[in-house]
Amino acid sequence: MPDIDTTTNQILDLASTHFKVPREQLSPDDDFFKKLGIDSLQALSLLTRIEGHFHIELPDYELQGVTDFRTLAERIQSRL
Amino acid sequence: MLDLHQYNCLGEALRAAIDRWPDEICLIESDRDRENTRLTYREFKEAALPFARALQDAGFRPGSRAAILMTNQSKWLISAYAIFFADGVLVPLDYMLKAPDQIKLFAHSGAEVLIAEYHLWREIAKASNLDGLSAKLIIAVNAPPDADLGGAKRWEEFRSGQEPQFAARGRKDPACIVYSSGTGGRPKGCVLTHENYLEQAAAVAPVFPFSPGDRYLSIIPTNHAIDFMGGFIMPFTGGGTVVHLRTLRPELIRSAFTKYKITYMAVVPLILKNLQNGLRERFAALPAGKRRMLKVLTAVNSTLTRDRPRLWFSRFLLKDIHQAFGGGLRALLVGGAFTDPSLIEFFHDLGIPIYNGYGCTEACTAITLNDLRPFRPDTVGRPVAGMEIRTLNLNAEGIGEVAVRSRTVMSRYLNDPEMTAETIVDGWLITGDLGRIDASGQLKLFGRKKNMIVTEEGKNIYPEDVEAAFEGIRVKEFCVFAANYLWPAHTMTGEQLVAALHLDSGQSLTDELVKDLADRNRRLPNYKRISGYFVWDADFPRTASMKIKRVDLANQIRGQVHRDVMAPL
Repeated sequence: MPDIDTTTNQILDLASTHFKVPREQLSPDDDFFKKLGIDSLQALSLLTRIEGHFHIELPDYELQGVTDFRTLAERIQSRL
Repeated sequence: MLDLHQYNCLGEALRAAIDRWPDEICLIESDRDRENTRLTYREFKEAALPFARALQDAGFRPGSRAAILMTNQSKWLISAYAIFFADGVLVPLDYMLKAPDQIKLFAHSGAEVLIAEYHLWREIAKASNLDGLSAKLIIAVNAPPDADLGGAKRWEEFRSGQEPQFAARGRKDPACIVYSSGTGGRPKGCVLTHENYLEQAAAVAPVFPFSPGDRYLSIIPTNHAIDFMGGFIMPFTGGGTVVHLRTLRPELIRSAFTKYKITYMAVVPLILKNLQNGLRERFAALPAGKRRMLKVLTAVNSTLTRDRPRLWFSRFLLKDIHQAFGGGLRALLVGGAFTDPSLIEFFHDLGIPIYNGYGCTEACTAITLNDLRPFRPDTVGRPVAGMEIRTLNLNAEGIGEVAVRSRTVMSRYLNDPEMTAETIVDGWLITGDLGRIDASGQLKLFGRKKNMIVTEEGKNIYPEDVEAAFEGIRVKEFCVFAANYLWPAHTMTGEQLVAALHLDSGQSLTDELVKDLADRNRRLPNYKRISGYFVWDADFPRTASMKIKRVDLANQIRGQVHRDVMAPL
């Protein structure tokens, strides 16, 4: 199982590809709604990409109340 | 469609529908590429009645209240029918709220039973203040086999083999208590009667008739008035089918149209925008020649459907696009928040019959509806059958506060006669929205009189409700307002919240203070966040009991500072 830092980095990579934002502009504590200028539906679309990468299923509610990559990574880590 | 005028209560009407269409499919629940559930009306009844009886065995009596806290799924509707069958009052709670807010509203509602999806129940059980949760019975839905239920019963096992007792309620009896807001401040529990729902469904049915085979895609939370009506009462009383998706990823919503041949869908502007983005990406990927052709066909369709929809013609002309929506879509309803006319126009030009409307929970969903005859994206349409509207205290431009009178107007706010008296005056519901009625009877909206915002997700946010998040911030005093309330912009899109900060004498606005403000803001759900702040130099006007006189403060701010003072957060 990857450690939390690896998971966080992988999520940042996925977000960078998915939203076409240079990777170096993203950091774990970023508020992704603000940083990426996305809405809640666009954020949900990232979950599908994450599911494919980690081979897990993530209920939509895992994103509820989450605004930064680090917390998202923690939620995913607990399901790996 | 049943003639709803002949029924006294929702339980009676739903029961009649179940008996009339036993072999039709009423529910499909899909999760990614799997199908969790597909139920006929008979199977729905067989799932609901043992649950109703188990409720009765547990002491649930006519008039007892039960709250549902679930994401959209078949068990939501099965539980709701069981509550109505057992002559109870349903309290739909917003699953997107945080657990302490859910606990607060549950306590306010006086509900005895909580039926909650396991992950939501787990959050409630974890919340520090469980004192307010005075539930006699908690039923957890979809709990994993080895889950710690924390004293809750398992929904899937909560059933009794005996027949439940059914006794119809009266038309004026409460059917639901629906919270339109009030998590942080004063809870606004709209007490909606059986008559409210039956009249609303009967009024909207001629525009969106359901019959067996018609399918409604349920995306908006079922606790919201729109989905409760469009994704439960209307399809069920017409023998239609409700399709639930357990995951609301945009790509899954799009594929559901074709997979399930959807007939109707209600959306909030946020979802509509997402669908628009998806289509735009597809258009951009077309070869130049096809793109030009699409532009021509769209222009032809737009011109020929200005006076009324010609669905068969649009489907023929723009076949590929209509196929992407399943080929059988009869109406896309957009509501819950004000929709930008250009967004509506985009879909209309493609021949997608898009109906915008205007309504509120207090009026049991729809007040006006644009019937597309002619297409008027600048308005929210004319009143639906049985609705009277007028505008009060008109200004020079003919704009006034919208008031509504109809049998769909709620009976009262729960436990709040004062707010009820302010809101329902001589039988008229005072909406707090500003509008103008034109010569053809169409209503056009021009912002709000009340201090609130509605997000693109259809959420009503009252500034008082977000203030708790900033409690303790190191300033002398602060107050949150809707920016358009302070500085009327005559618009209902892009609404924002703004904080007025009054610093202590000698205090300056430091980076540390702004950071604290930003950090607290960030802990709020994204739709509840404030967008900016400004410094106000005088003491806030207060009542004898030291409450801020918000109206007076707003008037002072309005008279002295311009919107430009707002610094973004």
